[in-house]
Amino acid sequence: MPRPMTLGEKILARAAGVKSVSPGDIVLATLDLCLGNDITAPLAIQAFYQSGGTKVFHRRKVVLVPDHFTPNKDIQSAEQAKILREFAREQKLVYYWDQGEVGVEHALLPEQGVVVPGDLMIGADSHTCTYGALGAFSTGVGSTDLGAAMLTGKAWFKVPPTIKLIFKGRLPADVTGKDLILTAIGRLGVEGANYRALEITGPVIDRLSMEGRLTMSNMAIEAGAKTGIIPPDDITRAYVEKRAQRKPRYYQSDPDAEYERVEVFDVTGMEPVVALPHLPSNVVPVSRARNVVIDQAVIGSCTNGRIEDLRQAAKLLKGKRVSPRVRTIIMPATPLIYRQALKEGLLDIFMAAGCIISPPTCGPCLGGHMGILAKGEKAVATTNRNFVGRMGHTGSEVYLASPAVAAASAIKGRLALPKEVRGSNWKVGVKK
Amino acid sequence: MIIKGKVHKFGDDVNTDEIIPARYLNTSDPKELAAHVMEDADPAFPALVRPGDIIVAGKNFGCGSSREHAPIAIKAAGVACVVAESFARIFYRNAFNIGLTIMECAVAAEAENGHLLRVDAATGKIANLDLGREYAAKPIPAFMQELIAAGGLMEYVRKGLMK
Repeated sequence: MPRPMTLGEKILARAAGVKSVSPGDIVLATLDLCLGNDITAPLAIQAFYQSGGTKVFHRRKVVLVPDHFTPNKDIQSAEQAKILREFAREQKLVYYWDQGEVGVEHALLPEQGVVVPGDLMIGADSHTCTYGALGAFSTGVGSTDLGAAMLTGKAWFKVPPTIKLIFKGRLPADVTGKDLILTAIGRLGVEGANYRALEITGPVIDRLSMEGRLTMSNMAIEAGAKTGIIPPDDITRAYVEKRAQRKPRYYQSDPDAEYERVEVFDVTGMEPVVALPHLPSNVVPVSRARNVVIDQAVIGSCTNGRIEDLRQAAKLLKGKRVSPRVRTIIMPATPLIYRQALKEGLLDIFMAAGCIISPPTCGPCLGGHMGILAKGEKAVATTNRNFVGRMGHTGSEVYLASPAVAAASAIKGRLALPKEVRGSNWKVGVKK
Repeated sequence: MIIKGKVHKFGDDVNTDEIIPARYLNTSDPKELAAHVMEDADPAFPALVRPGDIIVAGKNFGCGSSREHAPIAIKAAGVACVVAESFARIFYRNAFNIGLTIMECAVAAEAENGHLLRVDAATGKIANLDLGREYAAKPIPAFMQELIAAGGLMEYVRKGLMK
């Protein structure tokens, strides 16, 4: 009898061609996909050529997404993006998207069905852990690992121990996947899951939308985790089956699989939360930070730039105006999400409320471009990190929250709860 | 390899945004990256650091982004070794892949700015010459030692060892 395994261990064992794996084992495994972006891929491509590479191992399995500094923010970033474009053409890569088609990588790949359940994948981007939401084992690496993977189709992995998170109880209306994962990071700490995998489970997750799950897996890295896997179910199947470009493999953890520890979260009575500067683990209820006056609100990114996120924000912004002191930037994460938001009238709601609509880009999330903060400025953002200087000047501050909290805060000009702006008698100057 | 160098001390959770801010990631030129290394943790650092110096830090060094620009910037600035209580997973992997010497050692992190450290990369023995104390770093896993012996990951691949 093989050892009982978690679903993550099963994927690693399958890809390594062995019956079973245990935490601590080092395995050389065959990859289903490898990913790079306009910051990390140029170094990987350089490593690829320097070690004598001429052809990638598989033109459908090397994925390049120029999303960080695009549309090109300056000459140097244009040169970086050009390296990707030329490499994609030369290697006839199937999965490369340019302006007009490109979106934020971790929103784009699931949407386009490029990554599917059961995949083993590495990406030269720390948020590659996002695809755990589909029941894939995916993790962030650096450019050299990507370069080696583009050549060989393989990567080495140390099998991580797994921490199981169980979310139970009654999910309050304004509490989202973002609030759940921030709460978990708050309890685990930014190093709490270092060298470990998270398995995110429980009755609350069973009812959570795919968007909410992608948000949760996306931020596993903020607790240091290698990946954040969610067991696939009917919600996964319904999302995947209309878009999968390959046959998915649905793995489940064995009932007697081994976990390093189990953390239980009772969400009943929970309030929306915010991560205060300068760590994603500085998590407090929004109600305790309502005095924080903000200069900017950013709604988007690989964490929260999906259609459900935009709907949540639009619901609160409909018929209202954002505070004149708050620059409110809406970033639909992919062209498809952008068009869907257009069709549903969400973009009109945003513009009538005084927001700016950005093209799909990582943009301000990492302090790249299109919404940089000056010294002393504060932003509420639906993004994933609030380190010193993350969105601009080292004297600026980022507060991480859900799209609903960001939208409410944009209206109030300070950190605010969604219920503070809902159904108020606030007079509006716009027709909608 | 014996490394002997002056300590630059940092705290816990030094993240990749501090090591090399994203505003400089529109290039991957090691020299340009080195000019801004650790800038958002200590603006004086790029001017102060000398070849052969050692960075000593607390827990979770290199957390955050997967950018290999972070270990590249540190290496290109001439830093000979990073000693930390612990490293974030991706940074740890990247450092080995690009040939930056790193040592995981909780007790050695008691070193202060300006102390002289001697690090034996082969045995993991660390000595603080100012405090007169010796420490042992966490051993490097056998597989990582093979990678180092081959001359890094890409050399390992080129030699046909990745199978």
